[in-house]
Amino acid sequence: MDINLPALFGQLLIGLINGSFYALLSLGLAVIFGMLNIINFAHGAQYMMGAFAAYFLLQFAGLNYWWALIVAPVLVGGVGILIERAFLQWLYKLDHLYGLLLTFGLALVIQGLFRHQYGSSGLPYQIPPQLTGVRDLGFTFLPNYRAWVVVFSLAVCLGTWFMIEKTRLGAYLRAATENPTLVRAFGINVPRMITLTYGFGVGLAALAGVMAAPIYAVNPTMGADIIIVVFAVVVIGGMGSIMGAIVTGFGLGIVEGLTKYFFPEASNTVIFVIMVIVLVTRPAGLFGRAA
Amino acid sequence: MAQATEQTSAPAAATSHRSEVIAFAIMVLVLAVLPAFVYPPFLMKALCFALFACAFNLLIGYVGLLSFGHALYFGWASYFAAHLAKVGKISIPYWAGSWQWVTVTNSPMVPELAIFLAVMGATVLGFIAGSIAIRRQGIYFAMITLALAQMMYFFALQAPFTGGEDGIQPVPRDHLFGLFDLGDDRVLYVFVLVVFLLGFLLIYRVIHSPFGEVLKSIRENEQRAISLGYKTERYKLMAFTLSAAIAGLAGAIKPFVVQNASLTDVHWSMSGEVVLMTLLGGLGTIFGPVVGAFTIIAMQNYLSSFGQWVTIIQGGIFVVCVLLFRRGIIGEIANLFRIRL
Repeated sequence: MDINLPALFGQLLIGLINGSFYALLSLGLAVIFGMLNIINFAHGAQYMMGAFAAYFLLQFAGLNYWWALIVAPVLVGGVGILIERAFLQWLYKLDHLYGLLLTFGLALVIQGLFRHQYGSSGLPYQIPPQLTGVRDLGFTFLPNYRAWVVVFSLAVCLGTWFMIEKTRLGAYLRAATENPTLVRAFGINVPRMITLTYGFGVGLAALAGVMAAPIYAVNPTMGADIIIVVFAVVVIGGMGSIMGAIVTGFGLGIVEGLTKYFFPEASNTVIFVIMVIVLVTRPAGLFGRAA
Repeated sequence: MAQATEQTSAPAAATSHRSEVIAFAIMVLVLAVLPAFVYPPFLMKALCFALFACAFNLLIGYVGLLSFGHALYFGWASYFAAHLAKVGKISIPYWAGSWQWVTVTNSPMVPELAIFLAVMGATVLGFIAGSIAIRRQGIYFAMITLALAQMMYFFALQAPFTGGEDGIQPVPRDHLFGLFDLGDDRVLYVFVLVVFLLGFLLIYRVIHSPFGEVLKSIRENEQRAISLGYKTERYKLMAFTLSAAIAGLAGAIKPFVVQNASLTDVHWSMSGEVVLMTLLGGLGTIFGPVVGAFTIIAMQNYLSSFGQWVTIIQGGIFVVCVLLFRRGIIGEIANLFRIRL
């Protein structure tokens, strides 16, 4: 079989980029699910809000990409905190499914409002000047911005893993996931921790959105389809493990990229097919614990 | 979903079906008279969605399973029926050194056969998807059904017979059983109404059968049902397949009403809409999905000039229903008068 190396490498890189977003988004979903027991269907909408926040910051406040990387997640995370206080906090005693339905409704409202205002065509967002250009690797060319996205999201993912698995704050978090009542008895403000966790998860989605803005046009529907793929990623990886979410996200991105090269017709569906195979052979997911 | 549904059946009314019988009579009467006042094609469309929502409610309301991908069965049955009635070509691949296609039929089918085969198709899809999805519980079940439906959405986008973005149109309205001319709107209305009522009664019968009692026990406490010796996986799969089949029936009728089959019906937003109809009408109530479907379709119809506001309002209804109004319209009425509906 003839392999066109630059083309293969190009698809692999796109796969890695998509994998970065899958990893960041499924990580956020897993963190939120761990604390709130809610599947955040609005995650895609919040990812889209992150991209729009970057666009607004540039247009109306003159803040460039680097500022947006910090400010947009804080802003959108703040919106997340408001959502948690206004809506989600009333659902913790109910069946998990109500959380899914409520956040689905929120996603419809958010996406509808943005579409009403900005239509469904994309808004352009420039690559920051420091990261334009390509690097010649000898066998192929590597766009600097894409390399940055992969490296930076990997760093954020590993940072989150470190914070949750290795620090004192993370220990509180994991303890509160296991047994909130006991952790409260030790004098830790668990409800506030839950609120901040939701804000943090939403912030991660927004961060992914900022990074996506220069690659895909800023578009009200950009989060609607990716969230379903991320659900499949979460089903494959299982939500029990932070590292599992990261590895599965990047891994499936690469598989998707390879499929785009070898069998392009299946590139939209390959992750769902893998999900079916995993469910048939290992129902608890690759990293999941049996329920 | 246990909390939402158990409140609706007041203990005093638990032994009596009278309220349900009366409500059913009122519903039939209203649906028989309504075409004189309301544009019939709108009513027929609403009836299709009402049956779809009833099929969905069989799962969420009585087994506690949230399928977030029910558009798969509805939309694919719609494609099957439209294709069989318009083109009717079925090819099966076989292996003879290389892949060959043998054409089984190649002429448009009569409506009853097209609908029957479409329902069979939806049943098979439901059986396959169900046996994959019931491997996980709760929230994962919802995510898996959604992902499977999205996968089949991409197949619908790429498969040659679905017509991609254009869909299949126009779908001919032939004579049903060689007797009833579906081209006549009045005949078509009676046909859609009869199919709806038969589907509705079938669901009612299932819910009140011993099989339905087992389903409800799974909803309330699956572990206990297992410990009593029930193979709950089999019951869940049977309920899922049945629900997919009835959703398929609703989908198979629809192309004869609107004369096309399109990607809208397999998209995830359709799966969301049927959840909304059921939630608004009342999860686990028999008449709730019908009321919810009519409300949502009416809203879409009258607000269609407002563009994105329809989506925004639908999202808002979701939020309000979940926070303040978990029994839904019919659930609240039933609770108020302490009757079963």
